[in-house]
Amino acid sequence: MKYSSEYRDPALAKALVAAISKDVQGYDGRMTLMEVCGTHTMSIYQHGIRSLLPAQVRLVSGPGCPVCVTPISYVDQAVAYARRPQTIVATFGDMVRVPGSTSNLQREKAEGADVRIVYSPLDAVSIAEKNPEKTVVFLGVGFETTAPTIGGSLLEAEKRNLKNFFVLCAHKTMPAPMIALTSDPELKVDGYICPAHVSAVIGSDAYQPLAEDFGVPCVVTGFEPVDMLRGIQMLVRQVVAGEAKVECEYSRIVKPAGNQTAQAILAKVFEPCDAEWRGIGLIPESGLRLREAYQKFDALIALPVEVEEPREHKGCLCGEILKGKVSAKDCPLFRKTCTPEHPIGACMVSSEGTCAAEYKYGDC
Amino acid sequence: MKDDIILLGHGSGGKLSHQLLDELIIPILSQVDQAEQNDAAVLNGIKGDQIAFTTDSYVVDPIRFPGGNIGDLAVNGTVNDLAMSGARPMALSVGLILEEGLRLAELREILQSMKVAADKAGVKIVTGDTKVVPRGKGDKIFINTSGLGVFDHELRPVGRGAKPGDKVLINGNIGDHGMAVLASREGLALQSEIATDSAPLNAMVARLLAEYGTAIHVLRDPTRGGVATTLKEIALQSGVDICLAEEALPVSDAVAGACAILGLDPLFVANEGKLLAIVAANIAEDALVTMQTCEFGEQAVIIGEVTETSAGRVMMRTAIGGLRAIEMLAGEQLPRIC
Repeated sequence: MKYSSEYRDPALAKALVAAISKDVQGYDGRMTLMEVCGTHTMSIYQHGIRSLLPAQVRLVSGPGCPVCVTPISYVDQAVAYARRPQTIVATFGDMVRVPGSTSNLQREKAEGADVRIVYSPLDAVSIAEKNPEKTVVFLGVGFETTAPTIGGSLLEAEKRNLKNFFVLCAHKTMPAPMIALTSDPELKVDGYICPAHVSAVIGSDAYQPLAEDFGVPCVVTGFEPVDMLRGIQMLVRQVVAGEAKVECEYSRIVKPAGNQTAQAILAKVFEPCDAEWRGIGLIPESGLRLREAYQKFDALIALPVEVEEPREHKGCLCGEILKGKVSAKDCPLFRKTCTPEHPIGACMVSSEGTCAAEYKYGDC
Repeated sequence: MKDDIILLGHGSGGKLSHQLLDELIIPILSQVDQAEQNDAAVLNGIKGDQIAFTTDSYVVDPIRFPGGNIGDLAVNGTVNDLAMSGARPMALSVGLILEEGLRLAELREILQSMKVAADKAGVKIVTGDTKVVPRGKGDKIFINTSGLGVFDHELRPVGRGAKPGDKVLINGNIGDHGMAVLASREGLALQSEIATDSAPLNAMVARLLAEYGTAIHVLRDPTRGGVATTLKEIALQSGVDICLAEEALPVSDAVAGACAILGLDPLFVANEGKLLAIVAANIAEDALVTMQTCEFGEQAVIIGEVTETSAGRVMMRTAIGGLRAIEMLAGEQLPRIC
C-alpha cells in the first residue's frame, strides 16, 4: 500500500527489534508498557510484536476500546430505546452485540426493533430527515476521535431544523483514565504508548501532566509495525534512562497542539463531565456531555424511558482486563463461555477489544 | 412475457408460472423441449461407483456487484465445490426464490449470467424450481444450486490429506469478492473499483490432478471465512501445523486499502474464484507453473508450508519477523456476501 509500506519495512523493523534488545541490556527487572488504544492492541497481535520483544519488556492493554469501557447501564438504556415505539436506534456496528444486563441490540433487532448500523453519525441525521414521523436515537460512544463528528452531526441536525434526532451521549476523554491508572498502587505502568488518533485531535501536549506530575514516560505512536517498534524503543530508552517526558513518534499526523478545528467543535457542543468507566468506575472530568444549548438533542433529557436495574455478568473479568491487571487468558470465561459468537463481556465484542484480539490472533 | 415485474402469480403453479418458465427461464438456462419436461432430469454417462453431490444457497446483497451478479456466483460456487472434491462437475439444479415486484429485466440478466457461467464451466443446468414470495418477505432473489459431479479417476484431494513438508499454493489475490460486495453495498467511494474474483476452477483442478495425481494432497476453495478459516479447517482435519509467510500473501492494493479503512483482515474475507492447493514439496514449483499457465491462475503463488509439528495450528510469520496464531473467523465479519 502506498505511503504505508515504508512503515512495514521488514529490514527496518528487524533493526529496531535488535536495537531494543540492546537498549534494555543491563536493565534490572521488567518494565510494563501500556497501550490505551484498541487499534494499537490489534496491531500488536496482528504483527506478532510481543513475540519479538526481549523478556524485560511487557506490553499490557489498557482501557482503549470505546465499546469496552462503556458501562452495562448504557447498553440497557439503548435497549430501552430500541423497545420504544416509533423509535430508530442508529449506531456504529460494534455496539449491537455488546451484552446488556438481560438483552442486547442484536437480539432486540431480531425481535423487531428498528436498529440500524451506520458508518457516520451524518447517516443517522439523514435517517432522521427521511423518517420525520419517527424518533432517531444515535448512540454516541467513543473518544475524542468520534466526538467531533457527533458534534458536527448535531450542528447539521440544527441546520436542517430536525426535531426527531437525539444522541445518547457516553463520550470519554483522554488522558483522564491514564492518570487514574497511574495512581492505582496495584498496577505499575512504566510507560504509556499514547493513542494515535485521539492525539491527532487533542495534541501530544495533553500528556504533559502525566510525564511532569506523575513521572510516567509517554510516547504518541502510530499503528504500523515500524511505528509501534519505534514508539516502544523511545519508551524503553526513557525508562532505562530514568526519564519521563512526552515524545511523539507519529509526528506526521499528530501535532503538539492537535487539531484545532475538531477541538472548536468539541468546545462548542460539549462540556467536560465525570464519567463512569466499565471496570474502573467513576473518573472525574473524563467524559463529555452536551452543553445547555444542545441539550434539546440529549436523549436522556428529552426521551425518558424506564431502564432495567444493571446487572454485571458473574465471573467476567473485563474490568480487570481493561485496567491491564490480568490478561484475557486469565479470565475463567475466556474461550469457554465467552466467545465472539456469544460474548459475555464487552472486551470480546469489539474488534478492538483485548479479548477479541487475543481470541482471533493469540500469541504463539 | 407481458409483465415486466414478478407478480405473486408467477409462483402460483398456474398459467403465469408456465409463462415464466417457458418464455424466460427454460429458453435461457436449458432449452429443453416442453415434451421433454419431467419431474426429474435423467442423466447419462455416469460410470463408476462414486459421484459427488453438493448444494449451496445464495443470498448476496446487492444482487449485482462489480464483475458479476448472484447468478454467475451461484453457478461458479457450486461448480467449485464439486471441483475441489476432485470430481468433474456435470449437472446443476437451480432453485429460484423471487420476491414479488422483482424487475423481469433483472431476472433475465441474472439467468443469462448463469447460462454463460454454466457454459464456461462445461456444466448443464438440468432441473429447477421457482417460487415467488410476497413483497417484503424475501429480498429480490435468492438462488439455491445443487450440483452433481462424476469421478474420472481414483483421486480424492480431501481435507485430511495435508502432510508435513507440503507446500500451500493459492491461485491469486485474496479478499476480492468480499470487498467487491461490501464496497458496492456500502457505496464506498474507492479510487479503484474492486471486482469479484468469481470464476469456475474446475479446468485448473482437472489439470493439476491429471499432471500430479496423488501429489495433490488437499484442494479447498476459501469462500466465507476466507483463507484463514479454510486453512485452520485443513490443519485440524489433517492434524498438522501450517505456517504462512505474510510477505507472500497476495493482496491487491485496492483490497488492502479498503480493508485497512474498514478494520478488516483480508485473510478472513471471502473469495469466490480461489483455490488452496496443498501439495507435495517435490512437485510444488512445477504445480505452481501449471497453475500460472491456467486461466484464473496467472497470479498463483506459494504462501506457506505444512511444518513438522502437528497440533492443528495455523501460524503466520509476519513481515517484520513476528509469529502470530491464526484462528477461524469468529462471528460474522461481513453478512450476506454470497
